[in-house]
Parts: sequence; C-alpha cells; structure tokens
Amino acid sequence: MTDNRIVPIIMPKWGLSMKEGKVTGWLLEDGTQIKVGDPILEIETDKIAGSLEAGDAGVLRRRVGTPDTVYPVKALLGVIADPSVPDAEIDAFVASYVTPPADEGDDDEGSKTEIAQTPAGALRYAKRGDGAETVILIHGFGGDLDNWLFNIDALGEAATVYALDLPGHGQSTKTLDNPSLTTMTSALSGFMDTLGIASAHLVGHSMGGAIAMQLAASNPAKVKSMTLICSAGLGPDIGSYVDDYVAAQGRKDLKPALEQLFADKSLVSRQLVDDVLKYKRLDGVEAALKGLSQALFGGRKQHDAPASNLGAKMPPALVIWGKDDQVIPVAHAANLPGAKLHVIENAGHMVFMEKASEVNNLIKAHIAAA
Amino acid sequence: MARKISMRQAINEALEQEMTRDASVFIMGEDIAGGAGGNGDQDAWGGPMGVTKGLIGKFPGRVLDTPLSESAFIGAAVGAAACGMRPVAELMFLDFMGVCFDQIFNQAAKFKYMFGGHAQTPVVIRGMVGAGFRAAAQHSQMLTPLFTHIPGLKVICPSNAYDAKGLLIQSIRDNDPVIFCEHKNLYGIEADVPVESYTIPFGEANVLRDGKHCTIVSYGLTVGRSMEAAETLAKTGVECEVIDLRTLSPLDWDTVMDSVENTGRLVCVDEANPRCSIASDISARVAQDCFKALKGPIQMVTAPHSPVPFSPVLEDLYVPSAQQIAAAVKKTMAN
Repeated sequence: MTDNRIVPIIMPKWGLSMKEGKVTGWLLEDGTQIKVGDPILEIETDKIAGSLEAGDAGVLRRRVGTPDTVYPVKALLGVIADPSVPDAEIDAFVASYVTPPADEGDDDEGSKTEIAQTPAGALRYAKRGDGAETVILIHGFGGDLDNWLFNIDALGEAATVYALDLPGHGQSTKTLDNPSLTTMTSALSGFMDTLGIASAHLVGHSMGGAIAMQLAASNPAKVKSMTLICSAGLGPDIGSYVDDYVAAQGRKDLKPALEQLFADKSLVSRQLVDDVLKYKRLDGVEAALKGLSQALFGGRKQHDAPASNLGAKMPPALVIWGKDDQVIPVAHAANLPGAKLHVIENAGHMVFMEKASEVNNLIKAHIAAA
Repeated sequence: MARKISMRQAINEALEQEMTRDASVFIMGEDIAGGAGGNGDQDAWGGPMGVTKGLIGKFPGRVLDTPLSESAFIGAAVGAAACGMRPVAELMFLDFMGVCFDQIFNQAAKFKYMFGGHAQTPVVIRGMVGAGFRAAAQHSQMLTPLFTHIPGLKVICPSNAYDAKGLLIQSIRDNDPVIFCEHKNLYGIEADVPVESYTIPFGEANVLRDGKHCTIVSYGLTVGRSMEAAETLAKTGVECEVIDLRTLSPLDWDTVMDSVENTGRLVCVDEANPRCSIASDISARVAQDCFKALKGPIQMVTAPHSPVPFSPVLEDLYVPSAQQIAAAVKKTMAN
C-alpha cells in the first residue's frame, strides 16, 4: 500500500507526552481542494487544542475520524488523494490501514531531552533530525523548549534542530546570577560551545529573538541566520504580559495572563495553565523571573536594543509576527531594515503555535536560502 | 524534571529536601527511624509504612525516635517550634490525637493569638488518616473535621503525590501549626512529581475537571472516586466539575462558590463521619451564600455515623464509593 497518490491524514504527535488526541470537529467537507497549510480538522489533547494543517495538497476524499472520538497518535483520520483515484481504491486504503504501534523506541525518540553541563549551569535541551544545517530554537520569557512542539519535528526533517531551556526556565538550572540580556546571550553561546556547535541558524521567539540578535552582534561567526518571531529588542514597547505572568500566584491570575499570548484564547487549556503553574512554583523560579523581567522589561519598557548593535554584522534575517500580538506590538516588525518580513493574520504572540505550518515553511525557506 | 513516584516517596523527598535546605527542620515520632528490628538504624523501616525510610542515614541526630508517648513528644515538638526550630512530628495514626490534643489545640493553636503575635509555632504534625487498611476502628478514622474546627490550626489533606510534596514543603515553611493528613491507601499511588523543590499555596483548591451540570467537592482518597463518578456520568451526558480542596483550613471558598454559581448543584464527598463534617460545613456555607444559584438540594456523601468496622466487607462499604457519588449527582440532578 505505498500508493503515493493517496496520502493519509493521521493523528499528529504534538509534544513530548502526547499518546492520543480527540477529534473535535472537521473544518472542511469531503471533496474540498486542499493546499499545504490549510487547517483540516480540530484536535484536542490533554495539553492543548489546535487545528491540524495539511502537509500535502490534494482533494479531501474521505473523513475517517469521528468528532468527539479519541484516537492514538498516527491513527488514520482522513485521506487526501487526487480526484482521479477511484473510490474503491480509497475504500481499500482505509480498510487496510493499520495504525503503527507506538513502540517504546519510537516513544523514547519522540520525548527525549538531555542535560548539557554548560558554564551557565545545567541546561536541558532536545535534539531532532540530523541534517547538515544546525538550527537552535530559543524560547521567550517564561517559556521552555516545549513551546516548539509544533515546530521541532517539522524543522528536524531537513536539519539538525536543538531547542533549549534557557537558565531560569523549564527544567534548566534556576540559578540566574546577574540577570541581563548579556547573561542570557552568554548562556546560549556557552551552550553552543559545550555541544560543539560552531555556528547555527537561530530561531528566537520574543526574548529569544533579542538573545539571537545580541549573539549575532557580539559573535557574528556563530550566527548563520536569524529568524525573529514576535521578537523583543526591536523597540521600546511591551504590554503587561511579563508583569502579569510574574505576578500571577494562582490559576485565576495566570489564565488571563496566558490568554494574552494567543489570538484564539480557547487555546489556553486547563492543562496548559496547570503546567505553567507547576513550573512557576519550583524553588528559585520566582526569583529568576523577577530578576530577569526587571532587568529586561522593568517599568514596562524594553531596556535592550540589540538590533542597533548589529550594523554590518547582521546575518540574513527573517522577521515573523502575529498581527494580533498583545505582548510586543506588530509595529516593531518593521524596525529591522534589511530583514524579510511576514505578518501573519489571526495569530498572536505565539504565532509559531497558532500558525505552525506557515511559520515552519517560512523558516525552512529562510534557512535554505541563507 | 518530573518522573513518576509514589505519594510515600514524594513525602520522603519533601522531608529530605527541606532538611537539606534548612538546618532547623528535624523529624520525630514513634518508630520513624527503627521498627523493623534490623541490624542498626540504617536497616530500619522508617516508620510503619516506610515513609521516613533512609532519612536517619542522611541526617544523623535529626531523626528522633521517640518513646511511645504522644503526649510527651507532640508537646516537645510544639515547644521546639515555639523556640525557633521547625519540627515535623509524626503522629503515626492521627487517631492517637486523643492523648495529645491539649498540646495541639490548646497550646500550639493558641500561642500566636495569646502572645499578641510575638510567638510563632512552625510545627507540622503528620499522621495517617482514613479507612480501607483493615486496621480497625482505632486506626482508620478521618478526623479532619476535629482539627478544622480549631482556629489557629491549618489542616491539609492531599489526594496525590504531586500535591503531597508541594503541600508538605509549604507546611514546613509555614509559620503556623499544620496538621498534615496522609491517607494510608494513597501512599502507593504514583504521579508525575518534579525532582526540584516546589510549594503549593494553602487555600487553593484544585479544579480537576470542568463541568456545567454539578459540582463535586472532595479531598483525600475520595477525590479519585469523585473523578471516577464524573467520568461515568459524562458518558450519560452529565458533566461534573470536580474540586479537590487540598487544604481544609484555610479553605478555598471562592473556587467552591464560583463553581456552584455556574453549575447550580453541589455534591459534597467526605470520608469523615457525617455530623459536623467538612461536607456539612461546605453544604451549610453554600446554602447560606449561594442559595439563589442552587437548582437542586445539596447532597452529602460521607461515611456513616459509626466507627470504622473491622470486617473487610463492611469496611469497603463504609468509605464513599464512586457509585454512591454518582447516585448523589443523579439525585440532585433529578430536581
């Protein structure tokens, strides 16, 4: 059954712990012509809800997944095929499809993270793929490497991709002496040295974008290209998100803070809030976040302007922004002359989660061209 | 980093991490070092359930095996707390409170108030609660309401390993006397627990499940049974909101009342005896403050007004079951 005219739509694996997902509804009718990146159906996991976007173009010939039903990862949810393929062949494909078992090896590969002992302390990271180019994903303030759950595997198809937890974040060291953009940039630089990464394509979100620019300015040989997603460091303005996130002590305060991250507020699930709350309650996190937020964003202003240090050292740069970003205004997107710019509709600060395949395709093209 | 460990291990880890962090923390109690009759302290069980196993080797002189006199060592713990230490005293079965209650309710609970705020008593009294362990009437009670009744005591009863660790660390760091109730039938149950230290604030209930038809409020062992009932009811189209109180004093009234305002129905599940219980307390307050939101009569699912039977068959019927909880939801939904 290796008929490449027939493409299965399968339950994706979003994130390290996902084993199954619930189909909550179809967005398209049978017979719809699909382009790559079109949202096809909506899926909910215990962590997050999202829409599955088409990885292939064709006609949606068969909707197999039933709404309000839970399916294991890789289960057949639908079929895309050319109109020329007879219905009987589609029937045969559906009938003979066997969901690949979630065997242990596969599971380990999908959820593996490691710890690097770096000059900044123990930093957790994930690695995917083994392509020639190296990509490093740098999360934003209060985030962690799991933010990249919709991106890391897609980018890993053509590159060696690393995603790290910055100091004070995720499961990395919570010790953060002299919190500053320079400290965070040194941590990234030390992480690259520890893993023997001479240079890489940096993909930074929010504060991670400012770190990428700062590294490009201070050590240009390490940065082959930059992708800056709703990036800090491109202007003085910032919303109340950082203050609200740091101040939130319980779910009731944290949920409205996290809702500022998304254009579609329904993406902030109970589990997402719980996971962030569990992180915030680890010893040392509050101090690290307070110190870092004060140094970078105290008084609700961005204090660092790494873009102004780039000058001639600027690597090929791509700026991506969610048009509805409530954290850093989309107007900052225009503040990096010489960069390619994409503003994406119906997406907020977490545009790389909300419009994952569009962002993934932009990043892949940028890296290929750099 | 989180990994699956049992509630027993989570409590042990909380004690170890706090003893490492703060030299004023020490533990004391009957058999918490010894108990197995093995060769030396290192081979000891660490309490009848092994909760404090291994700590004596890591903290010499800070794991005190006490005589079988609760009145003496609970009094000593309260006194040590008033003098600046942070003792964690294990009252093996909380049922034994009877012989040391003066030290708890008339001394520890009163110091801060009677000395005008100049004294603090950061003592934690840990102990086992609950039925289902075939330990008969004197070792199986859920006495949480007795402690909750007393102003000046904080009363905690976790339902899972994650909460147990965070709440115990919070208890040790808290400057007031805390009664930490551990359900013996939850010790072996595993959950994802971070390796790192963390705290869970008191007075924050955990909403385990959203629902619009009925609110189920519980704590301890019966939280799992409430979830089981909610999952069963969901298949019939009845969506229950399940609230784990986690801390009984202080109690997160806002979360309970917000939920009842939304659902209009309340089932209180409590393993304690029914009279003057956590269930009756919550029912009364909700009836008083949310009367207009209620669409049906509040239901209470509790143990009967009887000692815990030794007969295993009867003991299994004693603790509120998922079936009883589901029946109570259906009863209030029928109105």
